[in-house]
Amino acid sequence: MPLLTQQIQDENENSLVASLDNVRNLSTILKAIHFKDFATCFATKNGIKVTVENAKCVQANAFIQAEIFQEFVVQEESVTFRINLTVLLDCLSIFGSSPMPGTLTALRMCYQGYGHPLMLFLEEGGVVTVCKINTQEPEETLDFDFCSTNVINKIILQSEGLREAFSELDMTSEVLQITMSPNKPYFRLSTFGNAGSSHLDYPKDSDLMEAFHCNQTQVNRYKISLLKPSTKALVLSCKVSIRTDNRGFLSLQYMIRNEDGQICFVEYYCCPDEEVPES
Amino acid sequence: MKCLVTGGNVKVLGKAVHSLSRIGDELYLEPLEDGLSLRTVNSSRSAYACFLFAPLFFQQYQAATPGQDLLRCKILMKSFLSVFRSLAMLEKTVEKCCISLNDRSSRLVVQLHCKYGVRKTHNLSFQDCESLQAVFDPSLCPHVLRAPARILGEAILPFPPTLAEVTLGIGRGRRVILRSYLEEEADSTVKAMVTEMSIGEEDFQQLQAPEGVAITFCLKEFRGLLSFAESAHLPLSIHFDAPGRPAIFTIEDSLLDGHFVLATLSEPNLHSQDLGSPELHRPVPQLQAPSTSHLDDFASDDIDSYMIAMETTAGSEGPRALPSISLSPGPASEEEDEAEPSTVPGTPPPKKFRSLFFGSILAPVHSPQGPNPVLAEDSDGEG
Repeated sequence: MPLLTQQIQDENENSLVASLDNVRNLSTILKAIHFKDFATCFATKNGIKVTVENAKCVQANAFIQAEIFQEFVVQEESVTFRINLTVLLDCLSIFGSSPMPGTLTALRMCYQGYGHPLMLFLEEGGVVTVCKINTQEPEETLDFDFCSTNVINKIILQSEGLREAFSELDMTSEVLQITMSPNKPYFRLSTFGNAGSSHLDYPKDSDLMEAFHCNQTQVNRYKISLLKPSTKALVLSCKVSIRTDNRGFLSLQYMIRNEDGQICFVEYYCCPDEEVPES
Repeated sequence: MKCLVTGGNVKVLGKAVHSLSRIGDELYLEPLEDGLSLRTVNSSRSAYACFLFAPLFFQQYQAATPGQDLLRCKILMKSFLSVFRSLAMLEKTVEKCCISLNDRSSRLVVQLHCKYGVRKTHNLSFQDCESLQAVFDPSLCPHVLRAPARILGEAILPFPPTLAEVTLGIGRGRRVILRSYLEEEADSTVKAMVTEMSIGEEDFQQLQAPEGVAITFCLKEFRGLLSFAESAHLPLSIHFDAPGRPAIFTIEDSLLDGHFVLATLSEPNLHSQDLGSPELHRPVPQLQAPSTSHLDDFASDDIDSYMIAMETTAGSEGPRALPSISLSPGPASEEEDEAEPSTVPGTPPPKKFRSLFFGSILAPVHSPQGPNPVLAEDSDGEG
């Protein structure tokens, strides 16, 4: 068993070791941010943060805290690498993405450090698959400087209420306009497509509204093509927090409950598209 | 115009839009005193569909704002369909739907009031248009079938989704036969599977057609109306005449009625005896040009009956456009293209769906052309 001995030998040299009884607790969260091929991973003793960016305008972060894993060891202060997320997800679901009920795929993930591949050992029903994914030089990620003290408006909604809205967005519209206001229409999503405009209004006293803290009327537009991928996270989540800061930057935080009932968070940041002319 | 639809009727309206969307790309919405009419016609003008929702269908119905003329409009089917896209959502979350047409704003406003106080407002741009109306009279059709939509729906279930046309006829023992229609150019030796369903007379509420009659029409549009009729638990009536004459599919209820007028394939060779026998053998040579059959009739019959045949097919009294129809140049030119495709040598004989609107002015039925002269030899298939 050269494989096994090698694994044991390497154990001490690994800068990151994480194991998980149910790989879907990791793969589901990663799917929520999978709108680009490459992702940057940061691991600290608290867990792993995986970041995906697009067009220097949108950033998605998935947080998988250390408690989600059965074993989680980081030897250094922090470990950073860039990886092909598509390949990683393919490997994580190598035993099939919709497993038979009652069967779990277990995962052991090791990374020796800079320049080494990410090693995945996946086991299901006594069958082990070993995957080696080359890692890349980490790239600097955007700092949106989204500070909670600058937040002007904040709404927490049950995801159910937004899911349909996002899946039916009129993609012929270039932008999604989000209106948040202490007065009517409170919370409005608008699109301006070829066929005309549509508005979706949520009253602040709706049962879908878990929290409504709007201080000032803000109307911001975001590129619909940049926001559309967040539907993936929305579909998996149970609640979503929508915040805008004084610059009109948008933060969408999704609360996702995994198969073991643990809570993970996925966050999207997006820059506003343009100044809306005062009207 | 302003109307309000509530409860389960929102889904009924949505279903109707879905079935209209199988036919045309544009939806003609016309508020009338006797209800709201939704109409469409396909691009080749061989299928026309119309739903009329009676004022009682609505919680509130106002055909015109007092002091204003009746407005009518034409909108993109796609944009109207997107409002009613998810039928499950309509059923689960939408409580009421308000449609209003306002001259001043030049928008058709569709407002969905959903659960949890959520409100969706769609402001759809529209075009003014003339009234779209095909002239047809089901009572002039000699043959009528009527059956619960479920019976017909189950009968077409086995047909492959790619199948374009289906033949409906009365076979031996007055059984109603539905058979997949295969185009003649298909290589007869490797002809794909033929599916045939036969329904007993007892399943029909009305069966007024002699043995041996048969028509061939497009399945897609038929499926659209059937799925609507099935969900509304309504019987479907099929009024038809000779092949080539339009077939009229109707559903009726106290709150709504629907009419689909579909062109049928003019194929006088579709012999009745086929329908009785389990195997499909076409007695007509496959390579025959479609019009030569008329010459056969001519040869075997006297000149008078030929002239009558000419009149009924070419000078069709059947549905055609009212002069008021707005005919965009697009489909019209398409029609002209379609009118003489057989001039291209080596192409298969054209299908003879006649336009419901141009039927009378197009495609002289007797342009006796034998097998087309070969102007360019087939290449050997190199390259």
